[in-house]
Amino acid sequence: MDIKDTVFRLSEAYGASGSESPAAQLALEMLREYCPDAQIAGGNIIGSFGTEDSSLPLLLIDAHIDQIGMIVNYITDDGFIKFSALGGLDRRLLPAQPVIVHGKRDICGVICSVPPHLTSGAAEVLQFDETAIDTGMTKEELSEIVQLGDTITFDVKCRELVGSRVAGGAFDDRCGIASILYALELLKDKELKYRVKVVFSSQEELGERGAKIAAARICPDVALAVDVSFAYALGEDELKCGKLGKGPMIGIAPSLSRDISNGLIETAKAEDIPCQTEVMNGSTGTNADQYSVGGTGAKACTVSIPLRNMHTPAEVIDLIDVELTGRLIAAFIGRGE
Amino acid sequence: MTMKELLKELCLIDGVSGDETAVREAITEKIKNVCDEYYTDKLGSLICFKKGRKTPAHKLMICAHMDEVGFIVTAIHSDGTLAFDTVGGVDASVVIGRQVRVGKKRINGVVGSTAVHNLSKEQREKAPKIKELYIDIGAYSKEEAEKHVSYGDCVYFASEFVQLGERRVRSKAIDDRAGCAMMIRLMHEELEYDTYFVFNVQEEIGLRGSRVSATALAPDFAIVLEATTAADIDGAEGGKRVCSLGGGPVVSFMDRSTVYDKELYRLAFDIAAQEGIPCQTKTMIAGGNDAGAIHISGTGVRTIAVSVPCRYLHSPSSVIQTSDLDDSYTLVKKLAQRICEL
Repeated sequence: MDIKDTVFRLSEAYGASGSESPAAQLALEMLREYCPDAQIAGGNIIGSFGTEDSSLPLLLIDAHIDQIGMIVNYITDDGFIKFSALGGLDRRLLPAQPVIVHGKRDICGVICSVPPHLTSGAAEVLQFDETAIDTGMTKEELSEIVQLGDTITFDVKCRELVGSRVAGGAFDDRCGIASILYALELLKDKELKYRVKVVFSSQEELGERGAKIAAARICPDVALAVDVSFAYALGEDELKCGKLGKGPMIGIAPSLSRDISNGLIETAKAEDIPCQTEVMNGSTGTNADQYSVGGTGAKACTVSIPLRNMHTPAEVIDLIDVELTGRLIAAFIGRGE
Repeated sequence: MTMKELLKELCLIDGVSGDETAVREAITEKIKNVCDEYYTDKLGSLICFKKGRKTPAHKLMICAHMDEVGFIVTAIHSDGTLAFDTVGGVDASVVIGRQVRVGKKRINGVVGSTAVHNLSKEQREKAPKIKELYIDIGAYSKEEAEKHVSYGDCVYFASEFVQLGERRVRSKAIDDRAGCAMMIRLMHEELEYDTYFVFNVQEEIGLRGSRVSATALAPDFAIVLEATTAADIDGAEGGKRVCSLGGGPVVSFMDRSTVYDKELYRLAFDIAAQEGIPCQTKTMIAGGNDAGAIHISGTGVRTIAVSVPCRYLHSPSSVIQTSDLDDSYTLVKKLAQRICEL
């Protein structure tokens, strides 16, 4: 499996929260290579991996398939699309941002901006209802293609930076999916310490909604949420961030299982896999929060890939971290806590 | 090649002010066999002469600028990220969180942006400033970055040329490759009168190339071909819309650097009416172009500007309607002839 190719293909597929296909279709196809029974259930992709031995504890490994985006609210008489956010969008960087509107077919557009020639002094950051999307089409033309409720994503391609770092638009959390697929590749035909259910969950960006129903359906004993977390960059708090290229960030928090956190850290040491810790003081803001208290509860932990510029079309990760995350997950599932 | 195909080819070339070589070379290839003389001046502007059937009583210069807005690397931080400044007027809000290309090797980079999760409520409402931003090329140290980037390297928007609906296109650098495209097309026509064509450098940093080329040529009349701010967007009312896409060429009576020649202004609208093409003026005194330097060069030059209305000017995602480009071309061709007959 080519990690870069997998990350790029997944990240360039579209799937804003609540409208996850076609990214979900692509991820499903990729997952079926390892989990032949994989299917979409209630918006989540769920597959079984490896042994069915019911004497083994059940481990759920999750990454979310959705990405932040926007949703069409209204189309003005002049053909401008008014929109709202799907997930945490930074309004500071919306002006002149290229977008794709996912109607009956995908159409290109751009978020309106007022050029500096016409503003006096610093422009203010607009509210969503103060801006709009320009598709170059009239209201009549749009009515053939776009309906209220259609989703919108940034129009962005993945690109290679120097070294093993890459930039793109939906690494959150498609790189998490890629790392799980890589772990499954490493675990093929290996003896496992768990029965494994793989979940690529929907609507994480709207409040971990897909994970909530996946938890109730699967009732795992152990749950690992593989997501992205903050990598240090200028402007960020160095003490609260991981570092790019230094390996997966293992969560430690009151809401997480200390057994699993320690198990992951010991696994990393034993297997000589670089890793970092991410200490949080309550819940985690990831799907782990749902798995830990869903159904009859689970021992949950986060495994996070460090990422810069989260929720922008300029997200940056180091592919080494995706590989190391896959290796850590595989080693943990092969070794047990 | 259609006008749109020509525009696409020109827009995709990178040429920030002071670094127009690639644009000039591409244009030279296209015009060298259709003009009688051409040379590059000391600043880098391309000056061309094409004979017509007749020599007019007064000398006419038609010009456009080759440069686009962008950025320049000013320092390399210890963590391998790059400090930069704008070249020309670019608002930080269209820079933050974008993909860019850096230097001669076109290294991919992004303009970093603190994750929205980690911004305070106040910070989320505060427009970014260029001096707070940095470019990330993926280097983990200053030493590694220096292998790929040098101080003074230009930085370009990484943006594609995209069709928007049936009538419009989205791209970087439409300002002023649209003007360059019209000039190249015009130079391929049989002209009625001898004409000078100038592709200027350094418009975006203060109308510098045109100041030199206009002084050297000392024309009697000048037509400046441009792309100008249209703000006919949702929420903009009345005069604040400035001009509109689909409204045809824009002929201003005044902007921040020029009060245009009144006879030429009226002539442009008369020709548009005769030709049955739309034509509009700007409803705000805003912006400026090479006319500002040209009309007061030497002993003065009677100057008019014909502009294509353009939304989101100076961003990676400028939008024009191709019919406005075609109509501007029709107007300019006729206007050039009529000026020579004045």
